[in-house]
Amino acid sequence: MNSLYYQKRLSRNIGDKFFTSISVICALIAILPLIFLVTYILYKGGSQITPELFTLEPNPPGDDLDAGGINPALIGTLIITTIASIIAIPVGVGGGIYLAEYSKGGAFSRFIRFGVNVLAGVPSIIAGVFIYALIVSTKILFGSMYSGLAGGMALSILMLPTVIKTTDEGLKLVPNELRYASLGVGASMYTTILKVTLPSAFRSIATGVVLGIARAAGETAPLIFTALFSYYYITGFGDLFYEMGSLAVLIYNFALEPYDAQNKLAWAASFILVLSILSVNIFSRILAAFTEKTKRV
Amino acid sequence: MEEKLTLFKNRKRFGIEKNIDIIFKNTALVLSSFVAIILLGIILVVFFQSFESFSRYGLKFLVTSEWNPVKDEYGAFTAIYGTLVTSFLSLLITIPLGVGTAIFITEDFVPKVVREIIGSFVELLAAIPSVVLGLWAIFVMEPFLRAFFVFLHNFFGWIPLFSTEPTGRNSLLAIFILVVMLLPIVTSIARDSLNQVPKKLRNAAYGIGASRWKTIFSVILPAALSGIMAGVLLALGRAMGETMAVTMIIGNSNAFSWSLLSPGYTISSMLANQFGEADGSQVSSLFYAAFVLMILSLVVNIFAQWLVKKFSLKY
Repeated sequence: MNSLYYQKRLSRNIGDKFFTSISVICALIAILPLIFLVTYILYKGGSQITPELFTLEPNPPGDDLDAGGINPALIGTLIITTIASIIAIPVGVGGGIYLAEYSKGGAFSRFIRFGVNVLAGVPSIIAGVFIYALIVSTKILFGSMYSGLAGGMALSILMLPTVIKTTDEGLKLVPNELRYASLGVGASMYTTILKVTLPSAFRSIATGVVLGIARAAGETAPLIFTALFSYYYITGFGDLFYEMGSLAVLIYNFALEPYDAQNKLAWAASFILVLSILSVNIFSRILAAFTEKTKRV
Repeated sequence: MEEKLTLFKNRKRFGIEKNIDIIFKNTALVLSSFVAIILLGIILVVFFQSFESFSRYGLKFLVTSEWNPVKDEYGAFTAIYGTLVTSFLSLLITIPLGVGTAIFITEDFVPKVVREIIGSFVELLAAIPSVVLGLWAIFVMEPFLRAFFVFLHNFFGWIPLFSTEPTGRNSLLAIFILVVMLLPIVTSIARDSLNQVPKKLRNAAYGIGASRWKTIFSVILPAALSGIMAGVLLALGRAMGETMAVTMIIGNSNAFSWSLLSPGYTISSMLANQFGEADGSQVSSLFYAAFVLMILSLVVNIFAQWLVKKFSLKY
């Protein structure tokens, strides 16, 4: 009769309780760093935010009184990520279109898909090393060495696998009936892709691409010896061919300075970087969840 | 009848439309082969740039730890050792934590909403740039853990791993910050593979009287093992290539020491530190080190992909 009731002291029940509490502890340890980190950055970086931060140049370290602002780095990050997107998005979307729409699962497409996964696993600093050897040390870009352009190229290598993968997977989710219908009314293949399949996969592709851009904006390793760093305002188109600052490299450089003023600037830059990356992430998550819900209905 | 046939005859595509179609297809083909070109380009460029150093030091480069630009003597043993030790030890800490968290998220201990919030929290952790983690590690984690390191040294100093006096930045801090970075990867992949295990298996185990954790250990985890292993390998590749946070916290010293409490070096932090101002044969040696790092991460990544293909769930 007793065996019908839950018995606390049974070894299997004690064991269950024990392992359950272990997994709860694991989950706590996993989310605690995030909570610490985000609150600390918001607290420490948020308190440094002033209007001048967005308009001034950073002062070279050594002057302990005033570190200036992060204007060149902020603009630099925008420019470098834009360059990376201009390179990576057309190449990636085009490649993804080939994989999803044209390839028939042969050796070539299998090799490319494999290559995409391998390229996604290449350490980001190797992309910097590659661009350094190819562009910076050869001065192939009109004799300029370290430049924002080279930095953008290095970042585009990191973005490319993400863009291809999301395009490929987004297009694969488009039901084949749409393609048949379009081809059936006499549209050619490229019209079908441009007018039917790409638009219907647009939202999932856009989400993936935006996440890729957000990720690239925070990358530092490929920039430290391709774009280097600059303390000066970006004034014109010609500055693309010179050293260019970025928020990520500013954080790296100024975190290692012994001066308090520079460290504070690094915190302020982190605040802006983390806030924008997190909001992009959260926004695209909400968008993705919303899309899923409307699809189910 | 005659009329109809001519109608169909005229309904051909225009030549120009056909050409556009062909051009479009070939453009897409060329764009997709860019991936292969870049990948091969990276391997070839890094290999040829390291050739000078490779022919001078050969495999001795991998086992000597002298790094002296003045005497022109280079060996990357300290950096290679640091890369392997930090990545493996951080993984050793991450695996139980990550899998434990994944189990917590996939089981029904707490309401679904709470689990989903925790899941997306952990994934958001992956979005934080590593340079910010490095900044946080320097100013928050290092002071916070200093007392713990002193304790480690005082009580376990007889173990070679803790034999040096902790002074500021060291390899153990790099390991901890790597754990923070790897946790989201391992957790989200483990969660996905646990979710893929069919409900039938769980119900069958419950049906013959297995307890919850008996089911998890003997049925669910084995079924999800290949996916979890692949995630672990991806995390390993990531840990070996991780640059910024590690560079900022590891202390960057080429003096070899077994101790985790002394400053160390990894290949990627060596590259980040020295590439900007290197010249002559130092550049070639740095390329050699980069080549070693690339081979390591390529091997791990390819093995992970093979594992996924070979052992992916077939239910």
